[in-house]
Amino acid sequence: MIEILNLTKRFGNKVAVDDVSFKVEKGEIVGFLGPNGAGKTTTMNIITGYISSTSGVCQVDGLDVLKNPEQVKSKIGYLPENPPLYLDMTVYDYLVFVYKLKNIKNDVQKHIKEVMETVKITAVAHRIIKNLSKGYKQRVGLAQTLLGDPEILILDEPTAGLDPKQINEIRNVIKSLGKERTVILSSHILPEVSAICERVVIINNGKIVAEDTPENLSKSMTGASSFKVRIEGDEQKVLDVLHTFDEIQNINSVKKDENAFDYYIETADDADIRREMFYLLAQNQMPILELGAQSLSLEDVFLKLTTVEQPIPAASNEVKEDISENTAQEADNNDGSI
Amino acid sequence: MTAVFNRELKAYFTSPTGYIFLGVYLLFSGIFFVAINLQNTITEMAYYFSNLTVILVFIVPLLTMRLFTEERRNKTDQLLLTAPITVTKIVLGKYFSAICLFGITLIITLVYPLMMLLYGNLMIFPIIAHYLGFYLLGCSLIAVGVFVSCTTESQITAAIITFVILLFIQLSGMVASLFNNAIVKKVIDWLSVMNRYSEFTTGILSVSSIIFFISFAAVFIFLTIQTIEKRRWS
Repeated sequence: MIEILNLTKRFGNKVAVDDVSFKVEKGEIVGFLGPNGAGKTTTMNIITGYISSTSGVCQVDGLDVLKNPEQVKSKIGYLPENPPLYLDMTVYDYLVFVYKLKNIKNDVQKHIKEVMETVKITAVAHRIIKNLSKGYKQRVGLAQTLLGDPEILILDEPTAGLDPKQINEIRNVIKSLGKERTVILSSHILPEVSAICERVVIINNGKIVAEDTPENLSKSMTGASSFKVRIEGDEQKVLDVLHTFDEIQNINSVKKDENAFDYYIETADDADIRREMFYLLAQNQMPILELGAQSLSLEDVFLKLTTVEQPIPAASNEVKEDISENTAQEADNNDGSI
Repeated sequence: MTAVFNRELKAYFTSPTGYIFLGVYLLFSGIFFVAINLQNTITEMAYYFSNLTVILVFIVPLLTMRLFTEERRNKTDQLLLTAPITVTKIVLGKYFSAICLFGITLIITLVYPLMMLLYGNLMIFPIIAHYLGFYLLGCSLIAVGVFVSCTTESQITAAIITFVILLFIQLSGMVASLFNNAIVKKVIDWLSVMNRYSEFTTGILSVSSIIFFISFAAVFIFLTIQTIEKRRWS
């Protein structure tokens, strides 16, 4: 559906998008995630033909955006970060204008009525856009993208600046839209992406640093499985006991109170030593006070990926291999006690 | 193109600019008509139009300052440029809406020659030449304004720059006379929109002048299209 190959965009000396390649299949909802200024908007602007790329190819349905701009543009509904609204028009007039601008052939009134019902703006149809609340403006912007039933929706931070209730509503609208369409949406809000999207592309400093489902991303980034255990007793003696496990790769201990320490234990991928460890420590009269699995939330993944100075380009490959092997872990269960 | 055209034409009347343009133009054209034609009981409209050319310098910026500046400020240019429509059509739609409003204004002032036709001796062809020449002059100046509006994001800046350029065009005859160098003089004279216009005021419909005006406007429309395209590539 959408294929991007070695896309690069420079603004003067600044490289906004650096050799980015990815694919979006028909019917997917893909989240585009990254901190502010990572190149999300630039990439979207290139796909929609608003700006050109410095080099690289962007194809929609096999058609190059730069060579067949009109065919490509008619397949895409684009909601930029600031919805492009003419503030002095009424909602209905505005939608009629966009309808004509896009040169759509359906029945005007029926089509606009349907679209307004989908995003629930029928009640404000004859109000002037200037006087609408931010949430309604966003919906009018969304309505605009739906005119002409484009196969692809590209939404740039569709929930930015909305209140939690509105965010929820817009998300549900997007989810229902995504059933029949291909959707790319960008966001710097992680729960949003994990709530709506089937696949996440994380971008930082113009480069793609990871690409997978939200669940797999949080699983794989931990690398080795790790957990935290709080044990009462002398630190050195406990460590001696723990070191009898061959599977343990690394232990960090932190003093918690008088005679208890927290041990952060990393083991090789599949090894689950929690039961053996429990019995062994019990034998040695070292009571476990707390035991928790440690898995990265999407938030941690995001921070880890976007704050590392040298991003790991191979991350996306590793991620895929890990999927089948990993045992299920709660993606956002950071510190759950057993 | 018709979508952009219709929207722009409507927008002139949902904001004050359209009314101010119409109002100012009709006010001054009324004053000039009364003072020149009625007071002196002459049907010759050359003075009437030559006075109005000065007014154009002030009100053409009103007509064009908003066209592209507002699109960029409100980011609605993203809607236009990502719609399946070429930049040429967008620019032409906007340009035609501006010259259409100007045309409507001129048509309203047709009551003056109509009155003279009813109550006096009017030579019809010179009047047609006047109106056509004045309309073409206006269209050329509007093209300059359209070009300026696509180069900036602020309406005020666009209006001031357009005003300065139009003022220079208005005074180009005087500027040319200041130079001693014959070639410079000739170039400025040749480029002078006002000189071309004065041909019409003598009642001559010259094809070369009509072509000059149309090409003058076309050059600025072309520059507008190129400027917008280039911005997407930089």
